[in-house]
Amino acid sequence: MISRLKFNKQRIAFLVGLPVLLSACSDDEVEVIKEVEVIVEVPAPDPVPVDVSYEVTVTNLTNSQPLSPAAIVLHADGHLFSVGEVPSVALEQMAEGGMNGGLLALGMASASGAGAIGPGGSETISVTIQDVTDAKLSVTTMLVNTNDAFSGLDALDLSTFAVGDSWTTTAGVYDAGTEVNSEAAGTMPGPADGGEGFNATRTDTGYVAMHPGVVTGDDGLSSSVLTVQHKFDNPAVRIMVTRIE
Amino acid sequence: MNKLTKICAASALVFASSQTLAADVTISIQNLTQGLYFTPIAAVAHTPDASLFEVGEEASPEIQEMAEGGSLAGLTTIATSISADVLAEPTAGPLGPTESVSGSFMTADGNTVLSVVAMILPSNDGFIGLDNWSIPTEAGTYTVYLNAYDAGTEANDELVGGGAPGTPGMPAPPFLTLGTGGSGVTADSTNTNIHIHPGNIGDDDLAGGTSDVTNSIHRWLNPVAKVTVTVN
Repeated sequence: MISRLKFNKQRIAFLVGLPVLLSACSDDEVEVIKEVEVIVEVPAPDPVPVDVSYEVTVTNLTNSQPLSPAAIVLHADGHLFSVGEVPSVALEQMAEGGMNGGLLALGMASASGAGAIGPGGSETISVTIQDVTDAKLSVTTMLVNTNDAFSGLDALDLSTFAVGDSWTTTAGVYDAGTEVNSEAAGTMPGPADGGEGFNATRTDTGYVAMHPGVVTGDDGLSSSVLTVQHKFDNPAVRIMVTRIE
Repeated sequence: MNKLTKICAASALVFASSQTLAADVTISIQNLTQGLYFTPIAAVAHTPDASLFEVGEEASPEIQEMAEGGSLAGLTTIATSISADVLAEPTAGPLGPTESVSGSFMTADGNTVLSVVAMILPSNDGFIGLDNWSIPTEAGTYTVYLNAYDAGTEANDELVGGGAPGTPGMPAPPFLTLGTGGSGVTADSTNTNIHIHPGNIGDDDLAGGTSDVTNSIHRWLNPVAKVTVTVN
């Protein structure tokens, strides 16, 4: 973190030369310069907040899995998700229903994508925080033609990012573990189904894991309304992070 | 060669540099999958000219017994014979979905590369593999993601069977929920060399169908494991 400029009241010493007339009986006037220290208080200038801004570009690498509006979250510490850990309700809301509000609220600063990112599409999202250069960056987005699959990035350390630095990664697909992967009609919010998004009842393993992939009706899951078009593999998303100021 | 072999004296000289210094290494291995188990894991630090397995080459009998049944007996014997540092069976039981296991060792001079193997359950001859990864000499924490390999030694029929080398079918330990009565996904082992595993097919019929594994639970996408190496 940039340490705030601490301009508390500053004591500034002015050396003022005061001419002192020493009168004498004689005609000669002797001017003596005497130095006097005068203490004055100068009001502290307000610290000027420094904007630290990042651009995050999310690219959808899948064949037919639209991505829900991406959540870009800058947080001080911790994780938004972690394999083997019990997911937060906020993560569940995103992974089952594409609702990113809960995750956005966890950040010191955060930003949402403007809308869904279609297959092959990408979106660049800016996020700005003031005076903090060592935040953690997390990115999440749901693969909407699934029960609870999501992709993203957890807690990337930004402390070594200088202005102009850019970093690109690809991300795999995770399973929130909160909704069984039935792929059944009425259970997935994406256009392939138009079914239910978030449901607070947890019906799966209860922990985050890497996603096993969708099976689809074409590949032997009779309950599935998905087709071969909806299959995906790792990676599913490309994420580019650039510090712009 | 697909087995650990003794380093020859000539090539040992090539590595007679700071690379050969002993290292204090902690290894953590996490199962990243949602529905698979790993048999007890062998993490082996050995000389760079030895190799547990090579993709594109035939599996050794020791890799075969690991990949088909989870046995580390043969690999451990070889590792000992070439003075490798072994963290074999650092877990008492199987490593369940998203579970982690870790251990530490002081690698001997010259044992500068790390290999990791364990069988994937349920599968016919699937295993996680790390092949001759150079252990960094600089202190720090390093992460490696592992793919699932197919030993190429057994047809992936996906039927409950046996784990002994040459015995068809998959071992079926009690912690796995497997179906019965499958007709068999395939009787062929097309690529008999070690290759990236094509994945389980499975079906949604526990009492029949072609496979005894469940398609919505026992499939996977790579990577399947994360290895975190801390050089102290």
